[in-house]
Amino acid sequence: MPDTVPHAFARHAVSPVTERAWVRHTLIALAATGLAVLVFAPLCVVFQEALAGDWRTALANPDARSAIRLTLTVTAISVPLNAIFGITAAWAITKFEFRGKALLITLIDLPFSVSPVVAGLCLVLLFGANTGIGGWMVAHGHPIIFALPGIVLATLFITFPFVARELIPLMTEQGRTEEEAALSLGASGLRTFATVTLPNIRWALLYGVLLSNARAMGEFGAVAVVSGKIRGQTATMPITIEMLYNEYLSVAAFTLAAVLALLALVTLALKTALELRHADQLAAIGHP
Amino acid sequence: MMAALRPRRSAMPGFGITMGVTLTMLSLVVLLPIGALVIKGTAFGPEAVWEVVNRPRTWAALWLSFRLSALAALFNLVFGVLLAWVLVRYRFVGRRLFDAAVDLPFALPTAVAGIALTTLYAPNGVFGSVLAHLGWRVAYTQWGIFVALVFVGLPFVVRTVQPVLATMDRELEEASATLGASRTRTICKVILPMLMPAALTGVALALARAVGEYGSVIFIAGNIPMRTEIAPLLIVIQLEEFNYDAAAAIGLAMLAISFVLLLAINLLQVWSRRRIENA
Repeated sequence: MPDTVPHAFARHAVSPVTERAWVRHTLIALAATGLAVLVFAPLCVVFQEALAGDWRTALANPDARSAIRLTLTVTAISVPLNAIFGITAAWAITKFEFRGKALLITLIDLPFSVSPVVAGLCLVLLFGANTGIGGWMVAHGHPIIFALPGIVLATLFITFPFVARELIPLMTEQGRTEEEAALSLGASGLRTFATVTLPNIRWALLYGVLLSNARAMGEFGAVAVVSGKIRGQTATMPITIEMLYNEYLSVAAFTLAAVLALLALVTLALKTALELRHADQLAAIGHP
Repeated sequence: MMAALRPRRSAMPGFGITMGVTLTMLSLVVLLPIGALVIKGTAFGPEAVWEVVNRPRTWAALWLSFRLSALAALFNLVFGVLLAWVLVRYRFVGRRLFDAAVDLPFALPTAVAGIALTTLYAPNGVFGSVLAHLGWRVAYTQWGIFVALVFVGLPFVVRTVQPVLATMDRELEEASATLGASRTRTICKVILPMLMPAALTGVALALARAVGEYGSVIFIAGNIPMRTEIAPLLIVIQLEEFNYDAAAAIGLAMLAISFVLLLAINLLQVWSRRRIENA
């Protein structure tokens, strides 16, 4: 129908279902200017500031190195855990009927609406050195807050819904007939998952992992509260950026920022590629 | 707990293990920490919590966070609908690039965005120097906070409105035009009302995100008490001074705001689904 009707109007100067050319051009120009000012300018300034100085030395700095190592470690622990959680949660929620399902989904989404700083605060109140659990762990030489476990927990909290949120709508839509067929033919549960479910959800899973990875590497607010900001030990890349910036070490700060910005660009490129090639196998496009 | 969750008869295996892993991780990572905040607040006592929240400095910070978040969300409502419209309805060079760029605020770490915006809008920055000539200071004022919150909230309205606009039936517009309505009237009376529920959902999401936003704001805000100090920063300050009770009190207030917004988002989504089903 959109193919036939506009033809009827083709002879008129202006189609009744679109705007005049000057209106269209003005709107496009407004959108382009807005995006240039709001999005492209901050992105460019990151690289400009990094390249304005000696970014190689900044990158070779031991504190920068240790920050990169810590961020990679935290991500390597939290993203796989989130992927496992996302898969198990999606399986339980989409393959079974039970009471309280809507509540469970709401609780999984909860971290999206909690401020990162409040998330960090919650972890400090539960695991801090002056609490029961935290005190016991410190006494046994395994502090949680101001140490790696706290940073991992904060990252897990913030990225918690990412994978589950991608998988639940898709697996609801796909139903369970394919799995039921495999099971009735004698396949074990694990085998059914690996050979039937996983191929069906792999792109959505990758999409969720991608978003969760980007957020995990860049998380600042929650980590700032639990990290203690010990240089060379508990300072992740975003925390180190803050410390360097506050010490007026602009080139060093922007060099690390540029590394994270590059990662953001790679994430966006992969995300766009996934959306273009596998749109049908993704539940929803482009939400947080 | 597990008994109440027992599923109706199903041939599917793995309910016990998947539900077990899900509930364990949910409890450990999300529910227990939030519970700890609620318990801390309860132990501190409602009057003591209120005393902290009612301090002029706390009140000013909460009101500042909420007010600027609302203003930024409103700006994003207008610009987001415009952007979604342009991206869905028009074909032009660079459209895909623009579309991908909308997600940059989601992908770019907040601390990176924070120092980049501060550098741009500082009095000697690219935008800041031009604006300074006009006598308009952005960095280290409430305008700076507004700019940062517009940045982090940008994708929400675009991404909620885009799918609605893409699947909207063009016949309605044609009918409106056939009946003699001008293009402006069709847009105002037919198209915009249909986009409203999705757009408002986007506004609520942007608002929820902005109220709790920390990383992109603290660099550009200047952090002057009573004037440019946001609520999350106040929590960080209390924690640095080891005032755990006061931090918990402000945290509870912010959690309450988040819950109200979450409720609003859910109601908006129910409303929008009903409207689509009725249409």
